[in-house]
Amino acid sequence: MSILSERFHQRHRTMVFPDAPPPLPEHFRGLPAISCHCSLTCEACLQACSTSALARTSEGKIRLDLGACTFCGDCAGICPEHAISFGSDWRMASRSREGLKISQDHALELAQALESHAQAIFGHSLRIREVSAGGCGACEADVNVLSTIGWDLSRFGIQMVASPRHADALLVTGPVPRSMALALAKTWAAMPTPKFVIAVGSCAVSGGLFADSPEHCGGVAEHLPVDLFIPGCPPHPATILDGILRFLGHSIAEPSL
Amino acid sequence: MDDWIRCKPGEATPIADIPCCGSEELGRRILAETARGARVLFLSGRHTEHDVGLWAGLADDATGTLLLCRCDRATANWDSLVESLPEIHLFERELAEDLGLVVDGHPWDKPVRRNFDKDFFRVEGSAVHEVAVGPVHAGVIEPGHFRFQCAGEEVLHLEASFGYQHRGILALFQDASPARRLALSETISGDATVAHATAWCLLNEVFAGQGIPPRAASLRAVALELERLACHVGDLGALAGDAGYLPTASFCGRLRGDLLNATAMLCGNRFGRGLLRPGGLKTDFVRKDHLQRHLETTRRDVEGALRLLFESASTISRFEGVGVLSGEDAHSLGLVGVAARASGLARDARICHPNEAFRSHPMPLTLETSGDVLARAQVRRREIEASFDWISQELSELSEGPIYTPLSAATGNAFAVSLCEGWRGEVIHLASTDATGRIDWWKPIDPSFRNWNGLALSLRGGQISDFPLCNKSFNLSYCGFDL
Repeated sequence: MSILSERFHQRHRTMVFPDAPPPLPEHFRGLPAISCHCSLTCEACLQACSTSALARTSEGKIRLDLGACTFCGDCAGICPEHAISFGSDWRMASRSREGLKISQDHALELAQALESHAQAIFGHSLRIREVSAGGCGACEADVNVLSTIGWDLSRFGIQMVASPRHADALLVTGPVPRSMALALAKTWAAMPTPKFVIAVGSCAVSGGLFADSPEHCGGVAEHLPVDLFIPGCPPHPATILDGILRFLGHSIAEPSL
Repeated sequence: MDDWIRCKPGEATPIADIPCCGSEELGRRILAETARGARVLFLSGRHTEHDVGLWAGLADDATGTLLLCRCDRATANWDSLVESLPEIHLFERELAEDLGLVVDGHPWDKPVRRNFDKDFFRVEGSAVHEVAVGPVHAGVIEPGHFRFQCAGEEVLHLEASFGYQHRGILALFQDASPARRLALSETISGDATVAHATAWCLLNEVFAGQGIPPRAASLRAVALELERLACHVGDLGALAGDAGYLPTASFCGRLRGDLLNATAMLCGNRFGRGLLRPGGLKTDFVRKDHLQRHLETTRRDVEGALRLLFESASTISRFEGVGVLSGEDAHSLGLVGVAARASGLARDARICHPNEAFRSHPMPLTLETSGDVLARAQVRRREIEASFDWISQELSELSEGPIYTPLSAATGNAFAVSLCEGWRGEVIHLASTDATGRIDWWKPIDPSFRNWNGLALSLRGGQISDFPLCNKSFNLSYCGFDL
């Protein structure tokens, strides 16, 4: 009886996303925008970056690699001309590594859906095996949260599975230090084809903060063919879910910017 | 000169003032002082130009003081203290692995983070079998390897083996910019971002010899308690799930997210990334009343969900008497945090070594004595109540004013220790500065480093099917251990 009464009180709380935009905090640092009117001599943002996400292109334009970005926001705060700003758009997944490198002239290449025949197979049924490889546990936590009642991953036919034999996709978090290379390779080999690789978080996408570690933390793409890159440190659960659903060809609400 | 210099955490000590002795004498001093009631905080070291230097630190919780001693030129051989002081076990193995010291007489001398061979402790016998788990586990969790020695269902011994999460944080630290050093500290263990970032920022502030604005100090502590709330609520939900009690498991999964969202109200990130910086904070919340209302609603739901769990007799009986760790064992292993308090040890840095925010609003000590899964669950439940109360009071009395003051130049040739009671337990950061005031050596110690052996011991004589439940009741960090 007390269970029912508590259930009645706490109500149904699965969020409306992806039918409507997800609730995001006021200080949320999502997809950045770059307006490159900065001077060539200023290095403030490049020096403030804690990874190698920011670079100046041969034409002198600032380029931001979302795949290496920790979304700390320091570059936006330090730029005297306010040329970099972090917006509230949670959509940041891309099918290609290059697609994550943005500048004034290059917008993010948002992830395209799978080819139609693959969509017919996996669109409403995807089993995911997760491998955590050298991260800090934050990406794992925000992947886990998708299985809670708030996000209810199973309503899309997506399920996290324990055995690689049951999995269609391998979701990797962490920069894959050498100590995890073998375990990752074995998990991949144990999965039946056809199969996909999803890299979640800046570490998995590029090595992130640990890219130049002596432990060889270069990210998943050094080991496996990655089909979907989801940047963030860690990515917001909305960014992860958006990426996976986009990949599977679901329709998702647009942000009201 | 005395054997030890006494100081408070949050004070920089000139290296020249720290008593210096040979390595044999250092061992003797550690044994003498721990016999008088101090406990080991750290034994760590570094390569100097031609030698190996060691730092030893003990805590005297009764007086809230730290004891420091050093050895400038350690001899190649270190006589192991483990026989009389088990809590030093991993620190000695680390000296061997990281500094190449030969640890004489250590009963289990093998690498701490580079142990990928098959050299596990084995129990022999025709009825004994071995169970190997990991590094990849069944759930969405970090990698590590567990090797069980079992006779049927009974676990005779568990050895946990790590290193799979080793990212080389300390190697990356050396040449890193200040921004990168802060970011590295935030990723030691992602679920304890605020605790580690607090400890790192404190070190920088200690060396600069200045405090932070009162508003920043309060908000840091609020974020620390929010981190505790999110993790404790998540853990109780996970424990309920492992015992098959789904209502609380479902509610707490969502509520943990609501509490992470409370942290995001402060800084935009659910884990507190980008909240702290040396000298104060990077961001302040937009609307305090939003956060207060959000926490009131969440608190009501958390209490409802936990009431169900603790009123469910069959679930509670599943927790009772499982994974028992006696106070004596917890003491000899040097346990900290939730696991220590569940076995009756009064160890809580917020109470024994409080910083500014916890001095003005003291936190009650939560102790249980049965040392089982239930005790660890009860400690969490009571700490959840205490943290909600504490945050509510702190927010209502929150002072206005700046959240950041730039730090002045740091003291050169100094050594400092910062302590911060994260949700798992005491996070310790140690560092020294060179003549210019730059931090030239840093060592973070996650509570997991001292608690994993507690989990292993709590399994002895238990059933292997109790492992998931025991593991969740400790919920230790692999990456915090591996660095």
